[in-house]
Amino acid sequence: MSTTSGNGSGQLMERRVGEVVESTSTSFVAQCYQLEGAPALGGLVRTDSPDIYGVVGTVTTEPLDSARPVLARGEDADSEEDVIRDNPQLARLLTSRFEVYIAGHIEDGITRQYLPPRPPRVHSFVYACNPEEIAGFTSQLDLLRLLLNSGASHADEIVGACIRQAASSHDQPNYFLAQACRTLSVELAADVARLNAILRRISP
Amino acid sequence: MTLFDKSNGNSNGETNGTDLSQIVAQRGQPLGMVIEGSVSNGVEVRLDPGVSVEQIKVGTFVTLQGSDNRFFGVVTDIGLGSTDPRMKYTPLPSDDPFVIQALQGTVAFGTVSVLPQLTLPDVVGDEQGPAAAKSIPAHFSRAYTASQEDVETVFGSEEGGNFWIGSPLDMETKLCLDLGELVKRSMGIFGKSGTGKTFLTRLLLTGIVQSGQASSLIFDMHSEYGWQGQDTDKGVTVKGLKQLFGAKVSTFTLDEEHSRRRGLSTDETVKLGFNHIEPEDVDLLRESLNLSEVAASAAYNLREKFGEDSWLKEFLDAGKNGSLLELAEELQVNAGALRALYNRMGRFTRHGFMVEHSRVDTAAQMIEHLERGQHVVLEFGRYGDDEAAYILVSNLLTRRIHRKYVEAKESAMGGAGKEPRPLVIVIEEAHKFLNTAVASQTIFGIIARELRKYNVTLMVIDQRPSGIDSEVLSQVGTRFSCLLDNERDIDAVLSGTSGSRALRSVLSRLESKQQALVFGHALPLPVVVRIREYGTAFYETIQGGGDSDEEKKRKVDELFG
Repeated sequence: MSTTSGNGSGQLMERRVGEVVESTSTSFVAQCYQLEGAPALGGLVRTDSPDIYGVVGTVTTEPLDSARPVLARGEDADSEEDVIRDNPQLARLLTSRFEVYIAGHIEDGITRQYLPPRPPRVHSFVYACNPEEIAGFTSQLDLLRLLLNSGASHADEIVGACIRQAASSHDQPNYFLAQACRTLSVELAADVARLNAILRRISP
Repeated sequence: MTLFDKSNGNSNGETNGTDLSQIVAQRGQPLGMVIEGSVSNGVEVRLDPGVSVEQIKVGTFVTLQGSDNRFFGVVTDIGLGSTDPRMKYTPLPSDDPFVIQALQGTVAFGTVSVLPQLTLPDVVGDEQGPAAAKSIPAHFSRAYTASQEDVETVFGSEEGGNFWIGSPLDMETKLCLDLGELVKRSMGIFGKSGTGKTFLTRLLLTGIVQSGQASSLIFDMHSEYGWQGQDTDKGVTVKGLKQLFGAKVSTFTLDEEHSRRRGLSTDETVKLGFNHIEPEDVDLLRESLNLSEVAASAAYNLREKFGEDSWLKEFLDAGKNGSLLELAEELQVNAGALRALYNRMGRFTRHGFMVEHSRVDTAAQMIEHLERGQHVVLEFGRYGDDEAAYILVSNLLTRRIHRKYVEAKESAMGGAGKEPRPLVIVIEEAHKFLNTAVASQTIFGIIARELRKYNVTLMVIDQRPSGIDSEVLSQVGTRFSCLLDNERDIDAVLSGTSGSRALRSVLSRLESKQQALVFGHALPLPVVVRIREYGTAFYETIQGGGDSDEEKKRKVDELFG
């Protein structure tokens, strides 16, 4: 899966969305370069060295200084755009971060959908994956087990969003969905209610 | 994967698609895998997601590929399972096909219970045939529907000299019977009236005649087997054995007039002399003639007095002369009983086929035909409805034939002659001969019990098997049962069979036409057969009245020693 090196570095630059600022064995937090520039919930991202893949779980936009909460400023403004234009400092006072649940890594060129020995280093760049990468990585579906057991309170939502997004990257989305359903059914064989909830989220 | 490798090496450019269909043809459709089981209860197979429970029916043949053995079994039950017991109580969107399809086959799945009955040889064509299964396949063994080849391995193929009688349920495969094995033991054909017993019998007889494995003697009560029969449902006539096989079949008739009326010529007309009737025959007729025991036993006294050859004639003469009372006194039997015997026998002997004295030994004639490898059909004409006549004639002839066979077999055992040719005697309304009261006396009871040793077996056709003596019934090797609904009849047919509980439900669920449950000696396992159509297409498969090679050789041997 080290095909990404074949992509032009310019293209890769375009897909760079942030930088790791916090890292644990199961997840990491990245800060976005652009305010509101985080990938969508359930999106697949990766770090470069080492190659670690993850799924976006929680996106947060908050003040840089937690002692200075954001105040409402648009009481007299005509539109939301006006608020931003009239307060250009806001972009500097706020920041967007996203938490990524690690879904696998590449070891000696082979995709492994289990946790890497070490989490990504802080300041590793985080890239959004392109459709080929998504299709390639989600040709296996063991990542669903990692996501279901990630401990996130909204793990079902992450799984649903991840499958929906990945399906659109595949040549045969319906086939992919069927495979995903099968994997989910095996993982959640003993909990039909939860399975049903996720299935309804990915139902086309 | 060698299979794929081989075809890749072929230059004729076979695609993988045909390989796949070949595998399906060889192995059958994949069904699922074994998840639990035991030898006594069979194994549970969990169906693959793509296989619907509705595709499978109870009674379907299945093969199970274990790690060392291949098993052949029957589906005995079908069920629905779930990985989550709470599923029953979870509201699911039944109108959302996506969710339902995702759950089907994974969380909610079908199961089939399979009873492994045989282990198949690993290599098809292996000398070692299928053997009774004494183990079960391991966990995760794959299950397949049985292919044509599997069914042929188990039941034999038509090419292998077996007789095609129909197809298993839901399969187009030809199901064959080993007629050689079939005729070695007595067989029974049971079923309610109108379920196709007669057609099944015709089919089997055709098979027997065609194969030349045995001769047959058919007591044709309703003149259905000889020249032609009737299909009352379709209102058409169907060909009888004589039409199909010509010279191989000889027809005898009791009622020449009846045959002539039907525009048929028969080979021989049977005349029975009074001298042929024995007191044992009278004993047998007690029930149908409504005679008391005393009256029937008087016949033995009469034989003692007048001798074997002329007792009946002398007795009837005495009756005519009005000297019955003196005779009763002389024999020390009740005069009333003797009068009753006289009345019944007098009425009986007025039948057209009875003559005062007959020099022609019909039984000997029949044996001659049978020995020549021919098959004999005795048509009763209008006497078919006369129960007493049917019982008397069939019993009388069979007793003589039996005697000849026993003699022939004994001299063969002593090295003085050749083995008598196997003989199948076909009787209808068998419970009349083989009920508990008379089975011990009639010749048919004796044949059913012991005559297998003398190369004679019975084919009994009956709609009330419960009326047949259980001891006799237990000797019936192969049983063909069409639909039966009377509890006692079902019990009788299944008596002495292993797994009768499972068969019972099968038997009562048979269709009312053209379906039969076949089990017993000639088959490795019970099977429900959709009986083959007896009609034009069937006639064409019959190789005329010519002799088979084996038959020719036998005849040449017979002529030139």
